[in-house]
Amino acid sequence: MLNRILAPLSAAWKEATDSQVWTSIFRHGKPVSNRNRALVMMSNVFLHLHPVKSRKAGIKLRYTWCMGGITFFLFLVLTFTGLLLMFYYRPTVEYAYADIVDLQEHVPLGIMRELHRWGAHAMVITVWLHMLRVFMTGSYKPPREFNWGIGVVLLVLTLLLSFTGYLLPWDQLAIWAIAVGSNMARATPLLGTEGPLSASLTLGDISLINAGNDARFALLGARSVGQPTLLRFYVLHCVGLPLAAAFLMAVHFWRVRKDGGISGPM
Amino acid sequence: MPDPPAQPAAPKPAPRRAASAAKKVTRREFPFLAIGWGMFTAAMAAGLTAAGRFMFPNVLTEPPSTFTAGFPDDFAIGVVDTRFKERYQVWIVRDEEGIYALSTICTHLGCTPNWLEAEAKFKCPCHGSGFYATGINFEGPAPRPLERVGVSLAEDGQVLIDKSRLFKFEAGQWNDPASFLPLT
Ligand code: HEM
Ligand code: FES
Repeated sequence: MLNRILAPLSAAWKEATDSQVWTSIFRHGKPVSNRNRALVMMSNVFLHLHPVKSRKAGIKLRYTWCMGGITFFLFLVLTFTGLLLMFYYRPTVEYAYADIVDLQEHVPLGIMRELHRWGAHAMVITVWLHMLRVFMTGSYKPPREFNWGIGVVLLVLTLLLSFTGYLLPWDQLAIWAIAVGSNMARATPLLGTEGPLSASLTLGDISLINAGNDARFALLGARSVGQPTLLRFYVLHCVGLPLAAAFLMAVHFWRVRKDGGISGPM
Repeated sequence: MPDPPAQPAAPKPAPRRAASAAKKVTRREFPFLAIGWGMFTAAMAAGLTAAGRFMFPNVLTEPPSTFTAGFPDDFAIGVVDTRFKERYQVWIVRDEEGIYALSTICTHLGCTPNWLEAEAKFKCPCHGSGFYATGINFEGPAPRPLERVGVSLAEDGQVLIDKSRLFKFEAGQWNDPASFLPLT
């Protein structure tokens, strides 16, 4: 009886796995031998970023806390939930706040926004913890210095994603946070109006750096937080920064492999 | 402590190619290489400069930094006029002696305080700094008074505000005649 059901199923499975479509995608047998397992890793564009072999001690949960992995997972969650939010959110002073409220009240699963927001907070925390783990295990030492550097940039990108995303709800908290935060850009050396050395950039008695052309202006698109700021932050938040982060993550994972896999416990 | 388990040797960098392999550029190749790389560098530099310049529009829809605010008689003595806060980020105040204008940027971290008529003070929503109508700070984290901006009389007799000039109390600049419009 059981065989009457299983036999056609396994025949169909064999048919499918022998088909040209299947063999053109998977160019190796089942991962039952070490050779095939290695082939699985190497012939897949995503998996090939991983080491073919990892030492058991190196991937122990007590060693890595899987913090980098959790951070990456959260990034994927944020990309997916963020993409969904983009179907409703309009980055204009007129609509932004109302759209955020509507997202929670008029859209089924309004929890999507919560997922995005809490996920963002969680990602900032896990990035720091990952960095702490790497530091405590001495994994920044040669030959992994370069990957530590990439990691620092990824940390900054995560914080910038958080900073730009924070403005998007366009509520009081958001506007004042960005007003205060972007004031720091005034103090950029050379490029900020109040920064060191920028007063020395003059043409005759005209000072070249002013509130209308300094680093803060480039960030805000205006002299104070307003519609141009919301748009700039939106574009950076939804396109520029995630693309840069995804690109660097690929490099980061690739280097983990090239530097000899996850470092061993001390 | 037990001996650490052996780490696999880090992949060794490929040995430098023998010096002879670093082949010399010949006289014949040099001009082509120089022109080629020169053009490439120039194109990249031009592209980056253009992208940077793109972030600074030629026209801003922001209100001008100099504007006329009406005739002196429109301002009552002892009143903080908040009509220009939204558009121009200044409060215009008339006291017994004349008119001065305060910048609405909190001297703590740059939020915009509110004028609370009942308590006769400017109160910042961000961290609670308080300022008297004169602009002098008296509570909260703000380290110095609000800044004053330029005031004068325009040719038609209106009050002319010039936001491009800032006057700091702590630098003694409130004594500058351009920071104050005396009226009798
Ligand atoms: C491709 C990735 C992402 C996309 C497409 C995206 C998109 C969006 C959109 C459309 C919003 C506005 C709606 C809202 O406020 O809920 C938003 C908000 C926000 N995002 Fe993202 N996001 C992404 C990744 C991230 C990451 C990695 C972080 C931080 C680590 C982050 C932090 C935030 C924060 C803090 C807000 C404000 C959320 C709120 O107040 O609800 N986002 N994002
Ligand atoms: S910005 Fe006004 S009190 Fe902090």
